[in-house]
Amino acid sequence: MLTITQALYDQIVAHAREDHPDEACGVLAGPVGQGRPERFIPMLNAARSPTFYEFDSQDLLKLYREMDDRDEEPVVIYHSHTATEAYPSRTDISYANEPGAHYVLVSTADTDGAGDFQFRSFRIVEGEVTEEEVRVVSHYG
Amino acid sequence: MAIEVRIPTILRTYTDGQKAVEGTGETLADLFADLDTRHAGIRARIVDDGKLRRFVNVYLNDEDVRFLDGIDTKLTDGDSVTILPAVAGGMA
Repeated sequence: MLTITQALYDQIVAHAREDHPDEACGVLAGPVGQGRPERFIPMLNAARSPTFYEFDSQDLLKLYREMDDRDEEPVVIYHSHTATEAYPSRTDISYANEPGAHYVLVSTADTDGAGDFQFRSFRIVEGEVTEEEVRVVSHYG
Repeated sequence: MAIEVRIPTILRTYTDGQKAVEGTGETLADLFADLDTRHAGIRARIVDDGKLRRFVNVYLNDEDVRFLDGIDTKLTDGDSVTILPAVAGGMA
């Protein structure tokens, strides 16, 4: 299960809406081993594409150095799908390299029609996708 | 000639959980061959068909080696090499 604060949830949703029709991506960092996302880090989609995302390689290095210095890890790696459901694609699965992370997918496919905004979380380990419950809290207890 | 190599979480199964290991080599290609002698299998996760894998980023000090000489990038004593899998995906 992913437990996330309403504030972080809202930041992901806002980022995805802002970058629509391109895919938005980023990380929620948190203290190593706690599984608690704390710090919202929106990333630039170097691919600037409606169908693909990739963190810029220099930004990626900076991000991992910074997390290392702060004893953090990527607790959540999020990105948006802009025309399909919020479920990991084959591409997502083949490039998922953080078995300890929660992969959050949101879909902005209904943004214009103001339909339901999809916000889902998955574990992706060795090509195996497992959906998990998302619990939104006002703050961590 | 010692080069520090920083290992991403996903590849630490090859290094007994170590975040950084040491290796030697005149070039990155040599370095990865050297690492593979002690951490069998790691090279194939980074190199494919003699080239760096597209979705694995390798940095020499602060520079993405794709902007240097790729796998033929020359190394000097005291350099630091960082390996980071790309964070990528998408609908297509």
